[in-house]
Amino acid sequence: MGISRRNFFKILSVAGAATATARTPARAWESQAPSEAYGCIVDLTRCIGCRKCEQACNEVNKLPPPDRSFEDLTVLDRKRRPDEKTFTVVNRYYSGRIDERDQLIPTFVKLQCMHCQDPACASACIVGALSKQENGAVNYDVSKCIGCRYCMVACPFEIPAYEYHDPITPRVMKCTFCYERVANEGKLPGCAEICPVEAITFGRRDTLLKVARDRIKENPGRYVDHIYGEHEAGGTSWMYLSAQPFEKLGFVTLPDHPMPRLAETIQHSLYSYLWSPIVLFGMLSGIMWAFRGKGERQEDHEGGNL
Amino acid sequence: MSHHHAAPTHSKFWTPGVVALAFVAAVGLVAIIARYIGGIGYVSNLSTARPWGLWIGVDVASGVALAAGGFTTAFLAHILGKHYYEPVVRPALLTAMLGYTFVVLGLLVDIGRSWAIWKPMIYWNFNSVLFEVAMCVMFYLNVLYIEFLPMVIERFKGRVRLPGAPDALNRAIDSLLALADKVLSKIMWVFIIAGVVLSCMHQSSLGALMLIAPTKLHPLWYTPILPLLFLTSAIAVGYPMVVFEATLATTSLKLDSEMKILTPLTRFTVFLLGIYLALKVGDMVIRKTYVYLLDGTSQTNAFLIEMVIGVLAPWLMLLSPKVRQSRRWLFIACTMVVGGVLLNRVNVFVVGYRPPVSETNYFPSIGEVAITAGLIAGLMLIYRFLVTHLPVLNKPEKEVIA
Ligand code: SF4
Ligand code: SF4
Ligand code: SF4
Repeated sequence: MGISRRNFFKILSVAGAATATARTPARAWESQAPSEAYGCIVDLTRCIGCRKCEQACNEVNKLPPPDRSFEDLTVLDRKRRPDEKTFTVVNRYYSGRIDERDQLIPTFVKLQCMHCQDPACASACIVGALSKQENGAVNYDVSKCIGCRYCMVACPFEIPAYEYHDPITPRVMKCTFCYERVANEGKLPGCAEICPVEAITFGRRDTLLKVARDRIKENPGRYVDHIYGEHEAGGTSWMYLSAQPFEKLGFVTLPDHPMPRLAETIQHSLYSYLWSPIVLFGMLSGIMWAFRGKGERQEDHEGGNL
Repeated sequence: MSHHHAAPTHSKFWTPGVVALAFVAAVGLVAIIARYIGGIGYVSNLSTARPWGLWIGVDVASGVALAAGGFTTAFLAHILGKHYYEPVVRPALLTAMLGYTFVVLGLLVDIGRSWAIWKPMIYWNFNSVLFEVAMCVMFYLNVLYIEFLPMVIERFKGRVRLPGAPDALNRAIDSLLALADKVLSKIMWVFIIAGVVLSCMHQSSLGALMLIAPTKLHPLWYTPILPLLFLTSAIAVGYPMVVFEATLATTSLKLDSEMKILTPLTRFTVFLLGIYLALKVGDMVIRKTYVYLLDGTSQTNAFLIEMVIGVLAPWLMLLSPKVRQSRRWLFIACTMVVGGVLLNRVNVFVVGYRPPVSETNYFPSIGEVAITAGLIAGLMLIYRFLVTHLPVLNKPEKEVIA
């Protein structure tokens, strides 16, 4: 074989040196969470499962009318997920608690987009159609979306839904945090405004965390000592208080670090200033140059060769 | 570059096999039309919990992996200068070019807004792994077209005879081709290297796609070195894929079997597949995921099949020179490697994907299968058409007793 080992190692060491110098020290991954994010606390010990929030959400977001009326509580007999026509749903759980008359006590859980502090969906989106806003909302810009659905793959809460039956202009559908109402009209999110028992408290996320901690402290025995969303997936703008462990109420157990951290760290350490492709290109050119004309066939010395 | 042996095969096009392929492609076309009338939901079983299914697993991820023959042979023959392997570069390049073209066609079907596919070119999200994959695939596809151009030029240079066109026009086109030929042969090295670089980038990034969903991908596959595993497996599958298609093409078109090139070529595969195997096993041991192996779930079974039949067994087979020298056994071993990598991509994107909240069973619908099968059949038809009319495959040097 026409490989000159000395040449080969020379090239490798040159390339290695280039790698060492070209490589900017990869900065540690940093959270992009806005400091003044708003959010909501959903207090599951207060929720009475009236589905008023579902109705309000449907109205303020001008969603299509539901198959069954919002007054119909038998809907709760089945567990539902938010979908392309419903940004929020309430589910009923029996966790085994009973009241003084031996009746099972239901717990109602309202689901919607969690508006993560470092949202996986926004990190994943190929065009940046999803983005975390200063006020905490994770906003969807349909004019950029190409419909790749990577956001749906990425979301740890399995929230974004898709208009699969629209052939040409389907949209990703999820809770908007009533962005327009909150940011431009100074109103509360539709669901938080209507809730008759104040199960949904809207406010700045840091304030909400204090409120939640106070509630846990001031009502011993009422809550489990866990604010769901404080740390899950690096923290979310929507958070929950509960009397039962969250695993029993359909909440997914998640790591505390933000979902995008690993992938973004790898991406940025490899591709900042495109250093690695450039180094690789240089290495390969070197190898090609070193091995030029060293082929094993005679006729490749003819002109026009590389 | 000198390709004295490559020539159009000029064989008969409409054989019974080709008719069957055309039928499959036509069925796929009907399903594609249905998708653009009724929406993705009309032809597929995709859902909120299952946004990616067969199309991403096979058409896109496997399509990219199995097109790896293009950059791995280019590396060997043109960068390491081992011109002995030159005869397999052109068919591998053609496969890669068609493979990526069909990856893009598959993507067009899969994404909800096909007409918006250009948008990543102006809206950039550098955090998104998919953005990087898309950019690399776009550039690489163009590189592949450029690398393919010499074959077209070689075919028509000096014999442009447009029917009814004046002589002057024919001569003008001819000299244009001659010029293009000259320029291309001077700068082709840039594209060859760029092709390898772009391939390394997006082959690995395809694996990085799933890193953002640690709770959804089964631990047997979810590992931080997923990008490295995708890259090494793509490199390892490159030459087996060349053997696979060369054997199919030479059999079907009754050409030289090319064993004198394929046998030494697969020596590299022993080494490359060995690296992949070592990484896979090492990763399993370090993360202690072997505890899942005997679970008996469809995930673990799929993993076992992928590893034992798709990697370990063919690797052991290829160790033996006897296997590498036997046309039949080499074909079997290489088919297993190809199947193993294909299964790996399907496992990562479909079988191993288990959304914990709304755990649903997914099985591709008839419409999804029809579209995937139709695209593959379409690809094979165009391959056959192009090798019939362009100098891609090697001219038989002697009659072979197949
Ligand atoms: S819950 Fe899902 S969709 Fe909502 S912000 Fe978080 S990652 Fe995005
Ligand atoms: S479907 Fe749309 S919003 Fe979701 S990742 Fe793709 S482009 Fe972004
Ligand atoms: S914040 Fe707005 S969009 Fe979200 S669930 Fe409440 S009402 Fe619906």
